[in-house]
Order: sequence, then structure tokens, then C-alpha cells
Amino acid sequence: MRTLAPFPVVEHQRVVLEEGLTLDCGATIRPLAVAFRTYGTLNAARSNAILICHALTGDQYVAERQPVTGKPGWWSNLVGPGLPVDTDRFFVICANVLGGCMGTTGPREEMTDEDGRGMGRPWGTDFPTVTIRDMVRTQKKLVDHLGITRLLAVIGGSMGGMQVLEWAATYPDSVLAAAPVACATHHSAQNIAFHEVGRAAIHADPDWKGGRYWEDGRIPAQGLSVARMIAHITYLSEEALMRKFGRRLQGASAVTFLEDVFQVESYLRHQGSTFVRRFDANSYLTITRAMDYFDLSQEHGSVAAAFENTPTRFFVASFSSDWLFPTSESRALVRALNAAAARTSFVEITTDKGHDAFLLDEPDFHRALGGFLRGAAREAGL
Amino acid sequence: MPDGHIRYVAKNMRLDLRLIAEMIPEGARVLDIGCGDGSLMAHLVEEKRADARGIEIDMGAATDAVAQGLSVIHGDADNDLAFYPDGAFDYVVLSRTLQAVERPREVLRQMLRIGRHAILSFPNFGHWQVRWKLLSTGRMPDTETWSRPWYETPNIHPCTILDFVALAGLDGYVIERWLAVDEKGARAPWRRSVRLANLFGEQALFLLRRK
Repeated sequence: MRTLAPFPVVEHQRVVLEEGLTLDCGATIRPLAVAFRTYGTLNAARSNAILICHALTGDQYVAERQPVTGKPGWWSNLVGPGLPVDTDRFFVICANVLGGCMGTTGPREEMTDEDGRGMGRPWGTDFPTVTIRDMVRTQKKLVDHLGITRLLAVIGGSMGGMQVLEWAATYPDSVLAAAPVACATHHSAQNIAFHEVGRAAIHADPDWKGGRYWEDGRIPAQGLSVARMIAHITYLSEEALMRKFGRRLQGASAVTFLEDVFQVESYLRHQGSTFVRRFDANSYLTITRAMDYFDLSQEHGSVAAAFENTPTRFFVASFSSDWLFPTSESRALVRALNAAAARTSFVEITTDKGHDAFLLDEPDFHRALGGFLRGAAREAGL
Repeated sequence: MPDGHIRYVAKNMRLDLRLIAEMIPEGARVLDIGCGDGSLMAHLVEEKRADARGIEIDMGAATDAVAQGLSVIHGDADNDLAFYPDGAFDYVVLSRTLQAVERPREVLRQMLRIGRHAILSFPNFGHWQVRWKLLSTGRMPDTETWSRPWYETPNIHPCTILDFVALAGLDGYVIERWLAVDEKGARAPWRRSVRLANLFGEQALFLLRRK
């Protein structure tokens, strides 16, 4: 496989919180750096802030060119002036998650000792185990730092949706409206299994070197690329793969039995090889683990108990061909919210684009989310 | 302006929905099952400061309602009511849907478990035209209300006004109010006699509560 050099490291906008954070696992990270971006203007009452939570391999560059890859923001079709998450009206915040690799404290950042002193080497696999709730606590510290006591909304898809649920469960009075999209209240056994295959691919790469690949400046490109390829299959649907690639061959019209390459193979290899240029393997291990640990009912006794007497209003959306976070899981969430007497909206968007649909142009999804936010804004007196 | 939009919908609300809205007091907690695009809900929120939630089986309509900022879930009466807690609502509304659910008796039971009151409307299969069509042609009635052939009608559990009164009695519900209305939802003048209403009312509207 052709391996491209990693993208150059860039400076990210970030805030460094000296007090640090004590994690679910008991460890304390000090200081805590949070890389974030904001769009729009915070109003005088500080009541128009919307937090967006990104997915596993997403980042804080939600609505602008990603400075590392040069690609458009991952939700730039949804977030911006005049768009459903209207930055002319709302103040939008997006932070890189704890354990990430775009500037927030994570395995790639410099390790610190108990007193917060730099140790002159990256955390690597010594980075402590983090949970979705730790990510949310980190975001809460950022939101507090920005002087915002209540968010108008918290929005996110996939792992971002897990963070949304955790926000509403942990800080109910700080979230007026919550939009968990294409997610679930726990990571299923099948999803954990797929993650484990990805992690095994990274572990099996000799360049991973037990997590200490940073010592000689190599990256476990082969393993991380395979992990990305497996994950990418789970983001698409069979229908979408058939429609996009079918059984077509790359650069040939008929099978020759001589190193034929199907278009779908070529596509996956490309996905894998570009991913390793921007993402850190140890971050991937850390964040996939955080997703696997996520189980709202275990944390709170039941999902309904997590949202008992919640003042938050919810918008749940799923996509019909998403088999990673299928509609049945969103429906179970909706039923738990109903049991908790929460004000809940729920739509299943019909699409053949699989889990990825939450990132794509789905007009009904955008229309429904936009209306939900306008309703919340109306209630907040905006 | 979204607020203006809601008023527009309310003004153009189906007449039978207006009759239902009249039965619901200020500030009530309401669940509208089969809420469509949310016309009744929007009206109740706007005019009566109600806390209104909705369930809609049609995805397009549910999306329209959510896009208006209403709390509507995609779901259906047969499968979703069981998940609400007891007494969660003051009023649970089921308009023109009872005849189309799989288990009408269970749906009714659920409505009066999660709500203190239930408001139901349904087309009356005892209407004279229905009776006459069946008697004279010997085939399933084909009227303005019952317009789909038997093999594709969603109305799998048609009943008459008398049938419904009997079920309410059987399961121990109190009929607080009832009305017979014509197809357009205008009030019909057979208030005294259930038997006459059963013959001349095209639609029935009932307000029930638990004993």
C-alpha cells in the first residue's frame, strides 16, 4: 500500500485549564487543554449558544475549512449563515473531544505528571481510559469558561449523539434542547466487535510498537488504515455500496483473474490511506474504547431514570438504512424518553446512505432539526 | 414567521378538530395520537397554552410537525402507548383512527391509563347509507366516508356508535360527552337519542374518563 506522509501539525485554537479534570477511571489530567472553534456571536444574555459534539473521527472544524486536510467542515451543509443551525442567529461551539488528536488533551499531546509538569514525551498508550462522560465534563468546563450557564441546544450524531445524551443526563439544567442523531444509549455488542477488529489491526502492525511509535517518528499506517476500512464499511449500507460501486472493476471492463481490483476495494484503500495522514492511532484506540464503555442505563439504573423529570426537550433522528445505529435503538431511546415524560420529537429519515447519512444532504433531516431548534429558540425567548 | 404559520394552520383546522379543541381546557397536558402535521397541537399550544405531544404514523406528516417545532414522534397507537407512564396526560386524543388500529380495545385501555380523559372520533358504520348500501347491493358499502374497497381499506375495525357505547360500558368507562357529526365535522342534531345518532351521524365524537 502506498503510504503518504502525515499532514503537517498545525496550531489549534485552545484554552488550557490549569485545574485539570478527574476522570471516571480515577486518574486526574492536569492541565487540561481543550481545542475548540466558535461561529456566530454570543448574545448579551448568553442564551443563544449551541454546542455541537463530533463523532469518532470528527473534529472541532464543523463549519469551516479543516486546516490540516484542507477539506470543508464536516457539517458545513448544516451549520452556517441561514442554514438549519443558523450562525447568524446562534453562537455555535464545537470542541475536539478529550482523547482526540486535533489539539485537545489526548495521547498525542505531551504527557504531564501529577503536578501538571510536562514530561517531554507524548502520552501515547499511557493516556488514561476516558469515557463519553469525561468528554462531556471537558466540554462543560469549556462552556463554563465561555461564561455560558445554559446551552440553547446540544447537537451531535453517532458518538456525538452519545455525548448529547450524556449532556442531558449529567447537566439537565444546562441543556434546553438536545438532538441526539443516529446514535444509541449504549454501544451494541456488534459495534464493540467491529471496533475490536479495528483495534486488533492497529495492535498487529509492527510499526505500532506497543503504542510507542512516536519514539522513532513512525506511524502504524497499515493497521490504522485497515481499522478505518472496516469502520467505513459500517458507515455505509449495502444498497449505497451497490449503487456507488456495484461490481465494477477499477480500470477494466471484465474480470481477468489477474490482480483485478474492484472499485469498492480501491475506494476503501483510499479512505484508509488518507485517514492515517490526519488521525493518531492511539487516539483511535482511546476513543473507540470510550464509545464501547458507553451505557447510559448502567450509569443511571435505566435510560428512563437518566432523564427522569428532565426539563430538556429532545429531537431524536435515525436513518432507515443505518445498521450501525439502527432505528430500533433510537426508538428504544424515544420510548425511554416517553416513559420519563420528556418532551420528545422523533423522525426516521428514509435514505439508502446508511450511518453516513447524518453527515450528508438529507433535506427532511435538516428541515426537522431546523424546526426543532427554532421551536427551542422561541421557547427561550430568542 | 413561525408564529404566524401556526395561526394560519389553526384557522384552517378541520372542523372535527375544532370540536375536539373545544373540549380541552387551558394549560392541559395533551397527547394527540395520529396528530398528522400537528394542526390540533399547534392550535392547543397557541390558543390554550397546552403542553401538547403527538404521535404520527406517517413519516412525512411527522416530519412536517417536528419542523414546526412540535413534540411529535413517529410511531403508532398499537405499539407506542404502552411506554408512557400512568396518568401522564390530562387528555389523550385519537381522531378518526380507532377503526384503523389493530387492537382498538387495548388502545382505548392504554389511552385511559396514560390519560385522565380520552377524546375519540370515528366514522359510524351504523349510518343509514352504509346500512342501505349493504342491504340493497349485498356488497361492502362504498360511501364518502367508507370509500376504499374491503381488500385495501386501512379501516379494519369499523364499528357503530352503539357498538362503541357498548364497549365503553363493558370496560367501565364513563361517557362524559358525545356528539354525532356529519362528514365535514359539523355538529348534527341527534343529541338526545343514541339510536337516531347511530342512524344519521356519519362521525361520532366521544369524551370518556375512567370510573
